[in-house]
Amino acid sequence: MSNATLVSTTVNGDPVQFACPTDESLMTALRNRVGLTGVKEGCGTGDCGACSVTLDGSLVCSCLVLGVEAEGRKVTTVEGLSENGELHVLQQKFIDHAALQCGICTPGFLVAAKALLDRNPNPNETEIRYALAGNLCRCTGYDKIVHAVQDAAKDMRKNNNRSKKRS
Amino acid sequence: MGHEQKYVDKKYEVVGTRFNRPDGIDKVTGKARYGADASAPGQLVGRVLRSPHAHAQIVKINTAKAEKLPGVKSIVTSADLPDLTGGDQGLADILENCLARGRALYDGHAIAAVAAVDEQTAAKALKLIEVKYKKLPHVTDVDEAMSESAPVIHDRIFTRGVEPKPSKPSNIAARTQMGYGDVDVGFAEADVIIEKTYKTEQTHQGYIEPHACLASVNPDGSAELWVTTQGHFVFRNVCASLLGLDIAKLKVTSSEIGGGFGGKTHVWGEPVALALSRKANRPVKMVMGRDEVFRGTGPTSSTSIDVKMGAKKDGTITAAVAEMRYQGGAFPGNWAMLACMTAFACYDIKNNKSVGWDVVVNRPKVAAYRAPSAPMAAFAVESTIDLLAKEVGISPIDMRLKNVAREGTQAPYGPTYGPIGIEHTLKAVKDHPHMRAKLKKNQGRGVACGFWFNIGGQTCTDLNISVDGTVNLTLGTVDVGGSRSSMAMIAAEELGIPYDQVRANIADTTSLGHNDMTEGSRGTFSSGMATIFAARDAISVLKQRAAQMWGVPEEDVIWENGQAIATGEGHGNLPALTLQEIAAKSGRTGGPIAGHNEVVADGAGMGFASHICDVEVDPETGRSSIVRYTVVQDAGKAINPDYVEGQFQGGATQGIGWALNEEYIYGDDGCLQNPGFLDYRIPVCSDLPFIDTKILEVPNPLHPYGVRGVGETSIVPPLAAVGNAIANATGVRMTHAPMSPPRVLAAIDAQENAG
Repeated sequence: MSNATLVSTTVNGDPVQFACPTDESLMTALRNRVGLTGVKEGCGTGDCGACSVTLDGSLVCSCLVLGVEAEGRKVTTVEGLSENGELHVLQQKFIDHAALQCGICTPGFLVAAKALLDRNPNPNETEIRYALAGNLCRCTGYDKIVHAVQDAAKDMRKNNNRSKKRS
Repeated sequence: MGHEQKYVDKKYEVVGTRFNRPDGIDKVTGKARYGADASAPGQLVGRVLRSPHAHAQIVKINTAKAEKLPGVKSIVTSADLPDLTGGDQGLADILENCLARGRALYDGHAIAAVAAVDEQTAAKALKLIEVKYKKLPHVTDVDEAMSESAPVIHDRIFTRGVEPKPSKPSNIAARTQMGYGDVDVGFAEADVIIEKTYKTEQTHQGYIEPHACLASVNPDGSAELWVTTQGHFVFRNVCASLLGLDIAKLKVTSSEIGGGFGGKTHVWGEPVALALSRKANRPVKMVMGRDEVFRGTGPTSSTSIDVKMGAKKDGTITAAVAEMRYQGGAFPGNWAMLACMTAFACYDIKNNKSVGWDVVVNRPKVAAYRAPSAPMAAFAVESTIDLLAKEVGISPIDMRLKNVAREGTQAPYGPTYGPIGIEHTLKAVKDHPHMRAKLKKNQGRGVACGFWFNIGGQTCTDLNISVDGTVNLTLGTVDVGGSRSSMAMIAAEELGIPYDQVRANIADTTSLGHNDMTEGSRGTFSSGMATIFAARDAISVLKQRAAQMWGVPEEDVIWENGQAIATGEGHGNLPALTLQEIAAKSGRTGGPIAGHNEVVADGAGMGFASHICDVEVDPETGRSSIVRYTVVQDAGKAINPDYVEGQFQGGATQGIGWALNEEYIYGDDGCLQNPGFLDYRIPVCSDLPFIDTKILEVPNPLHPYGVRGVGETSIVPPLAAVGNAIANATGVRMTHAPMSPPRVLAAIDAQENAG
């Protein structure tokens, strides 16, 4: 490996170091050097969204970000969605609504859907459809994905209200 | 052991309800391992050099410089894959498609491949391979390829199916004709005749996961292949043949598959990865880039179709003729033949004739794409039926109902239909609230029908009962749409135990007998049948063990609700033995309890659907948006309705993409201009409404549960449904798919200028 640079970053809450060539994408670094193969490559050109991660909370296609750009920042991948051994509501709803078939696009959809609900807990159908328009799915026709996100949003709002009342 | 295949009407406990898929958690957490997600100790990176020309002679390949690059471990050309095909032309075509042999036949044709220690080195090595090409004249359009003046791509092709046999080679590989009756008589009886020519452009399956594999060949000829495929047993056989390996020594494991839609039924780079590994004596991982997927794999045929149909004033179609030209890419296919079989299959037309021309062009080798060949023929036929209906003055649905195929109708390709569901779907469409919903300005509604076969094929399944009473169901048909869940449900139904007690897995090729591809909508039909029979085998063992435990004759034991019950005088008061109780004692009653079945699943049913589509056309831009869409399809029996709906919705959406946007665009140089998802635009979430579905169940008489395959038919009607909707919205009849904004706008402008 020529031109390797050492990168210190935080991935899914954990400190991570990896060395990668300066022209290597964050997607490739996460997959091949950090071992997070839940980050999927569908195109490598930012058109399919299968490699979606958040970088300091912002949704990005990790194939359009360089590995070295992760230096000192916080990366969240699909592997980081579950907490305390429990599935995230979105993950559970995707299973319950049969919102995945082959499942290759699912990690990207989950990361993108979470980014949407983090900033807009009560999106309407059109907002969901536009927020997920950067993620390609070839199996489902998106129908059950939108239903899953709607249902997850409803549950998450309920849970938030409950925890607000408790505090 | 023989088993009764015939349909039996019964009440189900598990089948027909909705259960979560066993692979769900792995897929939502990122743990699921797809083609590109495996690694092996010491693995190399494999990359392919592809032709930049549409058609060229390969004068010389010089790999000397690339070989000297530190980190390069092997380079292969066709010389490393000697022809072992022994006169099997189909296999020879696969071999030549894997790596060009003396000629590049299309833009993107693989020329050479390299394996190196890392991605960077492999990329550098590709640039150091020197290929001297001599460009040859090319042809990419199906009609042009048929003309006398077209460059002849293969001098070995003499049109099959014409008498006398041609004396000169041409690009026309075969002529097929099907149908019955006398169309001249039929047209003479007609009050109205419509004749029209249609064109459809080439589309790609567009699975989001690129082709990927990890190959490892040992010096003793044993080998392993991890690969994303729709049929690892078939891949094993093909790869072993091409590389001269013993079939049993090549272990192929199917990864999770990130979409296939027919495109992963064909071997592409796998033999090349194996050859690289054999030469380097190290594992080689080869993953295609998206541009390689578009240029080198897939796609479906582009077509040119003439349809002529005649009807009486009462709507009876008296004659129908279709002349269909399908290109199969650089190698002959049977795509036009499939078109002949499907074009008029929804209807009972006394005089019908379909003629198909299979043509080769300088494009990638065409692969199956969901109901291959049927959507294009349906676009032409279903559009023409709407024109006929309008001319006769009958509603499009009544026109179709008037001529619909029923039980007893002879299919254009020969057999007589048993019970089929096309009439049911049309009636359901007619009664659907969607048909009564009001349309707004610039909106139109279209209806279209579609047909696709199901196939059966070779299937082999194991069912093993553990000592705690949980069950492993071992399948050999790759799960492309949720079949592990459906198969586990079937096993649970038969055994009378909860779904959670059954775990379905896909076996590698060393762990189970041969299974054909998951194609032709056969997965749930055939593996479902083998699962039923394997479970019934296991039940007979369970009954025998229970009899032994009780000390009663075997014939006095029945199996009900997951337990053995002793019947007959003298032992009616014995407490029932559950599956768990029998399993727990299995070590002392004769060993493990298992069921097994191998079957060539005959009796696959026919799949019919009718779709309703509402579009809104922007008259200023020609852009069409789908505002409402409904799929009605006969599933025979929906094992897990969630995944049946998923197939309906996914297929309809692919059809909508084809209808409105998707097409391969070739330049004058014969090179593909849009090999990426930016310019080859598949439908995104914001393009679509919810896709409404209605599952009908007309049982297939030759499946114990009445199952029909449901995977493919849903892509057949959308092109015509959209076209008919656009016609009703704008008054413009589109005859060229995709009906992209520029084409629709041009048609609207032409109509306005004419008017």
